[in-house]
Amino acid sequence: MSVSTITETVQYLTFKLADEIFALDVAKVREILEYTTITKVPQTPEFMRGVINLRGSVVPVIDMRLKFGMSATDQTINTCIIVVEVTLEGDTTILGALADSVQEVVEMEPEQIEPAPHIGTRLNTEFIKGMGKHEEHFVMILDIDKVFSEQEMAALQTSGTTE
Amino acid sequence: MSSPQEQHIATYREEASELLAELETSLLELEDNPQDNDLINRVFRAMHTIKGSGAMFGFDDIARFTHEVETVFDQVRNGKMQVTRCLLDLTLQARDQITTMLEASAGGPPADEANGQRIIDGLQQLLPQATKLKVEPVAAAPAPAPSAEADTSRTYRIRFKPQPEIMLSGTNPISLLNELRDLGSCEVMAHLDAIPSLEQMIPEHCYFYWDIILTTTRGIEAIKDVFIFVEDDCDLKIDLIDDANAPDADSGYKKLGDILVERGDLSPVEMQKILSMQKRFGEILVEQGLVPASKVQSALIEQQQVKQARQERTTAAPAAAEAALSIRVPAERLDHLVNLVGELVTVQAHLTQIAGNRHDNEISAVAEEVERLISELRDTTLNMRMLPIGSTFSKFKRLVRDLSAELGKEIDLETTGAETELDKTVIEKLNDPLVHLIRNSIDHGVEMPEIRKAAGKPTKGIVHLAAEHSGDSVLVTIRDDGAGLDKEAIRAKAVERGLITTTTEMTDKEIYNLIFAPGFSTAKKVTSVSGRGVGMDVVKKAIEALRGTIDINSTPGKGSLITLRIPLTLAIIETLLVRIDQSYFVLPLTMVEECIELTRTDVQAAHGRHLAHVRGELTPYINLRDEFEITTNQPDIEQIVILSVNGKRIGFVVDDVVGEHQTVIKTLGKLYRDVRGISGATILGDGTVALILDPALLVQSVALIEQEQFG
Repeated sequence: MSVSTITETVQYLTFKLADEIFALDVAKVREILEYTTITKVPQTPEFMRGVINLRGSVVPVIDMRLKFGMSATDQTINTCIIVVEVTLEGDTTILGALADSVQEVVEMEPEQIEPAPHIGTRLNTEFIKGMGKHEEHFVMILDIDKVFSEQEMAALQTSGTTE
Repeated sequence: MSSPQEQHIATYREEASELLAELETSLLELEDNPQDNDLINRVFRAMHTIKGSGAMFGFDDIARFTHEVETVFDQVRNGKMQVTRCLLDLTLQARDQITTMLEASAGGPPADEANGQRIIDGLQQLLPQATKLKVEPVAAAPAPAPSAEADTSRTYRIRFKPQPEIMLSGTNPISLLNELRDLGSCEVMAHLDAIPSLEQMIPEHCYFYWDIILTTTRGIEAIKDVFIFVEDDCDLKIDLIDDANAPDADSGYKKLGDILVERGDLSPVEMQKILSMQKRFGEILVEQGLVPASKVQSALIEQQQVKQARQERTTAAPAAAEAALSIRVPAERLDHLVNLVGELVTVQAHLTQIAGNRHDNEISAVAEEVERLISELRDTTLNMRMLPIGSTFSKFKRLVRDLSAELGKEIDLETTGAETELDKTVIEKLNDPLVHLIRNSIDHGVEMPEIRKAAGKPTKGIVHLAAEHSGDSVLVTIRDDGAGLDKEAIRAKAVERGLITTTTEMTDKEIYNLIFAPGFSTAKKVTSVSGRGVGMDVVKKAIEALRGTIDINSTPGKGSLITLRIPLTLAIIETLLVRIDQSYFVLPLTMVEECIELTRTDVQAAHGRHLAHVRGELTPYINLRDEFEITTNQPDIEQIVILSVNGKRIGFVVDDVVGEHQTVIKTLGKLYRDVRGISGATILGDGTVALILDPALLVQSVALIEQEQFG
């Protein structure tokens, strides 16, 4: 059984958060940066790590591990920032997502992808487009627009402003 | 890509809207000075141009409509009609109608033709009986009405040399010549010498040029009006060669040679040479091939037509010179330039930092030079985007005029400081808030005439709109002489809305500022003007989005004063760079008053209260470390940067003051838009990001938190 929203063969960028492998549609990924100094913006939730200078533009960075309820990302030599384009309230916004390491770009057929189970993922299933299988591993394919959707960010804004 | 024709149409739309704006201003000024001929001419000219170029680019409906209005104003121009309130009302409505038609052509809702007809009928009725309008086709020359200078007939020599491409823009030179013929007795002589051989000829080009000798009772302006749309596409020379005032009415006109020299077709040297040959001048010229036969012929025609008088010369040059003084540049190109300069400023900061680390005099000298040049470049670039705020002000004149009439109030709008310059984008974004504030002043502020009379005030209320520079900000104030704000009503409303409790103690100013709270409106009934309760908080948001502040003050019975403080530009500001542990922040330099030290003993002496003694004065301060929850590496000696926030001295405690910094403002994006007290970010010389603090908002949020904590 395949997921109805995924009908074509798509390339995915896989990355690791702790030991788990996640994937993103390559079309959403702009570039991958090495970890760089992140400037924390005061009075914001912990998972919003701050902002970085991306060739003259100021880009916010989100800690994916904290966002998904894991412990904060430790900085290692493999830590990197995946710069993604997300659609926020109809506008395209550039965001950085902090990941433990980036793996590879893989192609997955729609048949390889199953819908996420309603329980057991310990994640908000809204965020997951499907579960792919790649070389004996399960890969969680993220719906990055949903991760950074309005409600998600609205929740963050209120938690950021009311102390 | 759009075709040239589409581009022309776009340009026409742009120009027409500018002209319509000018038209409105002139009309409103005319209301105050109905006798001003200059203004009447400006009105007429604006309409004439809208009509003429409208017809040229296929806006036939606009041209037809404008023509009717223009004809009425032609009567005014000729002194046959008086400027009356009624005429101005109709003309203003006509202006709006043209605007709607223009918008309709760009895909807007269609214009109401019945309304247009009503305006025209109204205008027709104003006309003196003797000169009822005849409905003329589009783009005809203004009806040759006898003008003030009717008794003096003058003769002009016009050389009209269109550029070959003139026909590509839709102009037909022949129709221009025909328009000239309508002005008076006219001889036209075509020059054929520029026509190339058949192989080289481009069929779409115009190779002719003409000499026109025109004897007319109309002024030179009428002739210029004919060429008004092709001024830039042709060489036009208009010389007055004869008028009735000239002496020696019996003496002959100039000699053929003089005419040719005067026209620049023959040099004086050549003429002397020919003259020495003592033959018939014209024949020799043609024989020698110095001047083509056609030109001699043309000169002879002039000689013939002008039998009397000496020559006086005027030229059409000033108009052309004026046009060259300014050029039209698309706003996006300017934006791009500003962005580039912004990046340059960042790179320069990096260079200065490197030079500072190297201790190399040569590099330091270069870096200083670069810094000086770039700061000049920055100022010049930002200046290019500056526009006088007056263009916005004139729109409000109309608003006040119409609204006060609708509400049955008598209100005058006074403006000062219209020449104050502000960034173009700021002016645009300021428009809506100002409309709202002025509407509020008219609706809530100024009372009805009878109430004003009872209160011993003149029946006519005044709304005063002013702009002035103040440091790197512009102060825009809106003052009315109305009833002022009703403190008790505001209080009661705020309690009702749950914004405050009945026991909350507030200063008058704090009470006034409650009207900026969301959903607040004290109007007892909802009018079309205001009272929807969405007003003031939206205004406040808009002003804050411009990094500005809004403040309100009021005296019962005397009126209220709203002050907007708007930064000059949104792109680059001067700031003070400060550091807390590893984080950098910048504060607007114009607000900074002084920096002092804060030691641990000072803190102990104040018993932990956030108050510092500065030369015998108590200055409250905000510890940014606490606010921003930065706990590491607190130094023994901290610095207090004292800023002037809304007229009060307030300190901000930081670890270290780094120095002045030219800050290129970057937005933090949607994710961080609701973070209070941080208005943006900037990139420092070494590439790290520093956050731009908004002291006014920081003070506000700290005050709120303290209020909650300590009641």
